[in-house]
Amino acid sequence: MNLIDRMASLDRRWIFLMMGLAVGIPIIVIGITGKTLPEEPTPLAQAAFNVLDDLDPGSRILMAWDFDPASEGELGPMATSFIRQCAQKGHRMYFIALWPVGAQMIRSSTSRVIGGYYPDLVYGKDWVDLGFKAGNEAVIKTIVTDFDQYFPTDARGTSVDAIPMMEGITSLADFDALVNASAGYPGSKEWVLYAATPLKKPLIIGCTGVQAPQMYPYVPNQVQGLLGAIKGAAEYESIVNKWVRSEQLLDALELGGITEPTSSELAARFTENPAEASTWTTEAAAAAMSPEAKTRLIEIANAPIPGIFLEAQRRMGPQLVAHLLMIGLIIAGNVIFFANRRRGVSQ
Amino acid sequence: MKRIVPLWITAIVGVVLIISNFVPWTRSWGEEATTWFGIIAAVAFVLGGGSLLKVHLKKISDRNSGWAYSMIVLGTFAATLAVGLFKIGVSPNPSFPDVPWSGDVQGQGTPFWWVYEYVFKPLTATMFAMLAFYIASAAFRAFRAKNFEAMLLLGTAFIILLGRTFAGYFMTSWIPIDGPFSGLRLEELSVYIMQVFNTAGNRAIIIGIALGIAGTSLKIIMGLDRSYLGGGD
Repeated sequence: MNLIDRMASLDRRWIFLMMGLAVGIPIIVIGITGKTLPEEPTPLAQAAFNVLDDLDPGSRILMAWDFDPASEGELGPMATSFIRQCAQKGHRMYFIALWPVGAQMIRSSTSRVIGGYYPDLVYGKDWVDLGFKAGNEAVIKTIVTDFDQYFPTDARGTSVDAIPMMEGITSLADFDALVNASAGYPGSKEWVLYAATPLKKPLIIGCTGVQAPQMYPYVPNQVQGLLGAIKGAAEYESIVNKWVRSEQLLDALELGGITEPTSSELAARFTENPAEASTWTTEAAAAAMSPEAKTRLIEIANAPIPGIFLEAQRRMGPQLVAHLLMIGLIIAGNVIFFANRRRGVSQ
Repeated sequence: MKRIVPLWITAIVGVVLIISNFVPWTRSWGEEATTWFGIIAAVAFVLGGGSLLKVHLKKISDRNSGWAYSMIVLGTFAATLAVGLFKIGVSPNPSFPDVPWSGDVQGQGTPFWWVYEYVFKPLTATMFAMLAFYIASAAFRAFRAKNFEAMLLLGTAFIILLGRTFAGYFMTSWIPIDGPFSGLRLEELSVYIMQVFNTAGNRAIIIGIALGIAGTSLKIIMGLDRSYLGGGD
């Protein structure tokens, strides 16, 4: 039996083992080293960021979490970054779900991001969990004109009349933008067809890799920002991380007495190259800053990004090796195919 | 009667929903019909539970193959339903300490939360993760460049697989990003394929599907297509 015959009769368990190692080893390596692969954001990820960034602080953002634990690997990091950008910007977040377990996804992402990193945000004033509602697209069609009909209370059973940030919300038209993390039906497509298009509202979609090709036709008129799979999540995550770091540095510089436009230029520089912050504080230009302000600036510039905000970028490592393995397997399969065809072996 | 009533309901609701989109003063009629749909959708959960019970109880009583799995389905269904419906192990809401059922059933630490966190979540995530293994096996055994179309598909798959990872950037980063050939960088090529070829194909499909849905909907509203009633009519 030659090599081709051996490969042709390769037990599928060897392939399973290879895939297990292709995913497992990078997870372990990234877990130990903490290193991630660099991300170059595509225009679609940048557009998703810009939609939320261009809105004034305090804007009302409807966040629809239409996914389940099966797709949390792809969509969880997107949800995290969406919340982080909105929380950092000061937008008001209204969470709903059209999937039964979407309610748990809302709890999970809000407790991790808001509970862990934005504890100053007040429930009912800065964010509200309106929970799951059955009815698929009928829910969207109804709340387009009458929000209270489906959401008379929040997920905790509190009447919306007693929730300060619900004041003035009568329909979807009262929101400034819609954000949807979707793993299928009901999800992105329904939000495009029944909400964003008739109301002409900005819509950002984060969806699974399988769904992404179906959503591209709606870009850019009906969907302004599209994050496809973990790659889209990683791009958006890297944009948000840089922006948050830049905002924190800007605050530190301005508290230290550095004014615009110098503060913005420096914040951008230190975000790209944190080591420059230490060097700059020794220069004459930083003389106006107090030693405490300088220490604070250096701390912010060099502070590690919390793991929760690196999840998507960390997952790009296993994805890289798994994709390379897939390509290798396809090539190997075709080598066997052509070799056998040449020998006249039936396939 | 069993067929005529559903046919009339379908026809009236269908016409109302169409009219409400075009005649402003009938918009509330459409909203009313959508509300009914919401009620039916909620009731469908109960019907779904009933249907699940019926199918699996029959399987157990007939001792069909895999009847033991049906027992597990029914056992876990009943346990989860009881834990959620009767708020077992849920502490009262601090605002209403005297009301035993006022607590949050999904709150951290409750049995319902435990079932979700430690049974449902790992099981569904595992099922989905297993796809990677089967896709790898299928890629090795089935993805063959048997003809020109298959070769095109393979080429596209390679570009997308590489372009969606750092490998794509690494392999073609030597092409200047602001030069005339920047479009040949793998990450740019993958975006181009998705935004041009994929969009063109998908838009055609979407328009075709929309026309098909419109045609089928009209047939259903007019009672010409009764297949949704069952019975092979």
